[in-house]
Amino acid sequence: MKNPYVPYPVRITEIITETEDRNLKTFKLEFLNPEDEGKFAYMPGQFAELSIAGKGEIPIGIASAPTEKGYLVFTVNKVGLVTSHLHNMKPGEIMGVRGPLGNSYPWDRMEGKNVVIIAGGFAFTTLRSSIVYMLEPRNREKFKDITVVYGARTPGMLLYKDTLAAWEQRDDINMHITVDATNDPTWKYNVGFVPAITEQKAPSAENALALVCGPPIMIKFTQPVLSKLGFTPEQIIMSLENRMKCGIGICGRCNIGTEFVCKDGPVFTLEQLNRLPKEY
Amino acid sequence: MLKYADKIRQEARDLLQSGEVDVFVGFRKGTIPMMNEPILIRDARDAEKLHWDSNCGINLANYLTKRKERMGVVAVGCHSRNIVTHIVENQISRDQVVVVGVPCEGMLDRRRIHELAGRREILEVLEEESGIVIRSHDFEQRHNKQDVLQENCAICIHRNPVIWDRLVGEAVKEQDGIDRYEDIRAVEAMAPDARWSFFQQLIEPCIRCYACRNACPLCYCPTCFVDESRPQWVGKSIDPVDTLTFHFLRAYHCAGRCTDCGACERACPVGIKVRRFTKKLEKDILELYGWEAGLSLDERPPLDRYRPDDPEEFIK
Amino acid sequence: MAAKVVSKDRLNSVLSHWRKNYRVYAPVQKDRFVQFEEWEDRGEPVWEFQNSRLSPKFLMEPQSEILLEFSLDPRTEDSGILKERERVYPLQIVVGIRPCDAKAVELSKRNFVSQEYTDSYWVRRYETTVFVGLGCNRPCPTCFCTSVGCGPFHEEGLDVLMIDLGDRFLFRSLTGKGRDILAEMDGETPSADDEKLALQIREEGERHIVSRVSWDRIPSQDLMTLFDAGFWEDVAFSCINCGTCTFLCPTCWCFDIQDESKGVRGIRMRNWDSCMFPLFTLHGSGHNPRAEKFQRVRQRFMHKLKYYVDKYGDGVACVGCGRCVQFCPVNIDIREVAEKMNNYVRCECKV
Repeated sequence: MKNPYVPYPVRITEIITETEDRNLKTFKLEFLNPEDEGKFAYMPGQFAELSIAGKGEIPIGIASAPTEKGYLVFTVNKVGLVTSHLHNMKPGEIMGVRGPLGNSYPWDRMEGKNVVIIAGGFAFTTLRSSIVYMLEPRNREKFKDITVVYGARTPGMLLYKDTLAAWEQRDDINMHITVDATNDPTWKYNVGFVPAITEQKAPSAENALALVCGPPIMIKFTQPVLSKLGFTPEQIIMSLENRMKCGIGICGRCNIGTEFVCKDGPVFTLEQLNRLPKEY
Repeated sequence: MLKYADKIRQEARDLLQSGEVDVFVGFRKGTIPMMNEPILIRDARDAEKLHWDSNCGINLANYLTKRKERMGVVAVGCHSRNIVTHIVENQISRDQVVVVGVPCEGMLDRRRIHELAGRREILEVLEEESGIVIRSHDFEQRHNKQDVLQENCAICIHRNPVIWDRLVGEAVKEQDGIDRYEDIRAVEAMAPDARWSFFQQLIEPCIRCYACRNACPLCYCPTCFVDESRPQWVGKSIDPVDTLTFHFLRAYHCAGRCTDCGACERACPVGIKVRRFTKKLEKDILELYGWEAGLSLDERPPLDRYRPDDPEEFIK
Repeated sequence: MAAKVVSKDRLNSVLSHWRKNYRVYAPVQKDRFVQFEEWEDRGEPVWEFQNSRLSPKFLMEPQSEILLEFSLDPRTEDSGILKERERVYPLQIVVGIRPCDAKAVELSKRNFVSQEYTDSYWVRRYETTVFVGLGCNRPCPTCFCTSVGCGPFHEEGLDVLMIDLGDRFLFRSLTGKGRDILAEMDGETPSADDEKLALQIREEGERHIVSRVSWDRIPSQDLMTLFDAGFWEDVAFSCINCGTCTFLCPTCWCFDIQDESKGVRGIRMRNWDSCMFPLFTLHGSGHNPRAEKFQRVRQRFMHKLKYYVDKYGDGVACVGCGRCVQFCPVNIDIREVAEKMNNYVRCECKV
């Protein structure tokens, strides 16, 4: 009987500080046992429990794409006991990864559609995974137009800045990077809140699905914009966060109504969420 | 005690109708024998739901903190002392609360009554002038009230409310010649090994449900020390050392503030005599500082203030 | 199906015999209440009791259980790697478990075993347990098992059902496991009178249930309508958010996972947790979706009486044991809440 509580041992190979406030770090992890990588088959949108012996576990969206072989990437915000310890770790140290957990973005539904990605702050992680996955040459033709609106408070708070810049140069993806405000005279992208920029760029709802990920305040103001653009609740895909422990729908704490965010989610359509209590 | 029910309903009705209070906190008759449920009413017409009898041992002062409204509340001696403590500790202001004081001759001990009934099914327990009647399908028992009181009520020396805005009856005679600490002295007399076993046995059934802490009006910290994780002071498992740590420290946090209302013992689902911890602190504070909790609106408890002549022999 | 009759004065020898191959858990008097404990020869188990204070769910889900262990010694090559501790799961028999608590185990199994995941700890304990249930001749006034798909002689979840015939017990096997342990038992074949008496006792026991709860309309109620109902604040006022109801409840299973370490050795363990505790849903950011007491109280009742119903389509997650009714420190009564939920109609009038 497989024990679902045992993490795969991994080694930290690289740590990058992503944001100017130093609260967000990206960790590149390698499996200690190569055969574990084969068992860890995932799709963008899923998450994993990062495990630190003696401290605990945290549920973090997988930022790497399944097309990136040999490693996993997670971007972690420092908020509490486990994340603080993780932020103090060094390359070479051992930790654990349990997963992949949860459901992914609805890739079957997304094929043949225009994909609109709207993200704010550090919720962008699983969307990095999604974009890398879609831009992979074998996959690109499965999707039509890809439009991305991604914003942070300031330029220094954007994640994956180099990757964003590279995407900006491509012509098979429409990037609209924005910041809430900046004094930087060299800033060449947009300035404005994500909902406002979304309204401005007005991606069409025709044959489209929108992946929306961000802080509650951003979600609150983006939903009406999308409605106005013609997106129905079934077309709006969201990824939720909730306090988790087991990550496998057994410990009982992450439920919203009948659904466990860790197992029946974290990806839900807005249509589903409208029928469920807002306990997240 | 039953005679107060009408008066309480009347007071509540008046207070709500006149607008002197926004809400009134009292009891409604419970769904099982010997239990009543605390309720909050806003409408004078709901005053008829209020009930009073000798099963009103839950401390309603527990429900007053963190509220912004003007509240009416029923309070017996010990509970009124907790209201005083709340005011002294700035949890509520004096003008926020209208206390309907109830002189009390003691609350019934549900567990003791179950024992006396031979743990047989009880259909109802009726109160009479002299005592109680336990009724079941196939037996009936009578007991004097003295024999079925909660342990803290049997040794109570503050039966009348110490703070009140309305009083529902004449003051009752306070008990005198009461030795409150006989059981504590017995533990103090034990040798260390025996004392350690005593406490281990006392706490053995504990399931860390925190009913004792949550029923206590003094425990209003936004985050209790057992729930802290940075740093984590106490483990969360049923490890006996962690469990004992929780109970000892909680008792210390209640030192000089506890009124021995017995809410903790009432609440415990596994019948632990939680007061064995808190009463020791009560005895120490009385002997060291001459202090009893909740009797004065003008003085702060001893662990809350410093006086040059505070006893210091325990500082080595 | 096999059946045997054993006189009460010989029951201890039956337990002794079982003890050769199983750990035997029996109801034992602890001060003022009964608990299931590992039975030693020196004590008498009790067979006249209403129910144990804590349910025997701890046999499948101990209150504190070590899941994994690890070394933090940087000199060892497995430092920081979490491993399952080697453990033997001995065969165990629980004798005297009430039918409500046994059905509760079956209800809980849905949580611990799903298509995608199996909680290997719970399952191994479950698979090594034999359930010998004791029918309730005199259910408590607060028992409402018959209203929730259970009953004083209900057989779901049991391997053997014991019926107290006065001076003797009638054991009836219900599963292969049950047949096996009865086969080794030294007892008489039940007579026709024994069977007749057993039936009588059973009928009397069921008649003795006076507490009834209606929940027939709850499955067809709209989830969000019930969720937004106005009565939750009133229901929740008296609640003190302790863990009494959840820890005593045989169908509550929620747990917390924590690491503890001392020096260079450590464990990852799980402990019972409660949706009543404010920390249960607290995010690292400080956001708490159930920050208010009434939200937590609502969660418990909605989960037991609505979410579980909708999710599995097989009744409520309550077996009517009545422990929460008897031991809630403030007398919040699930029977009343169920009636409120069952009768709720959203008021459309404009006030």
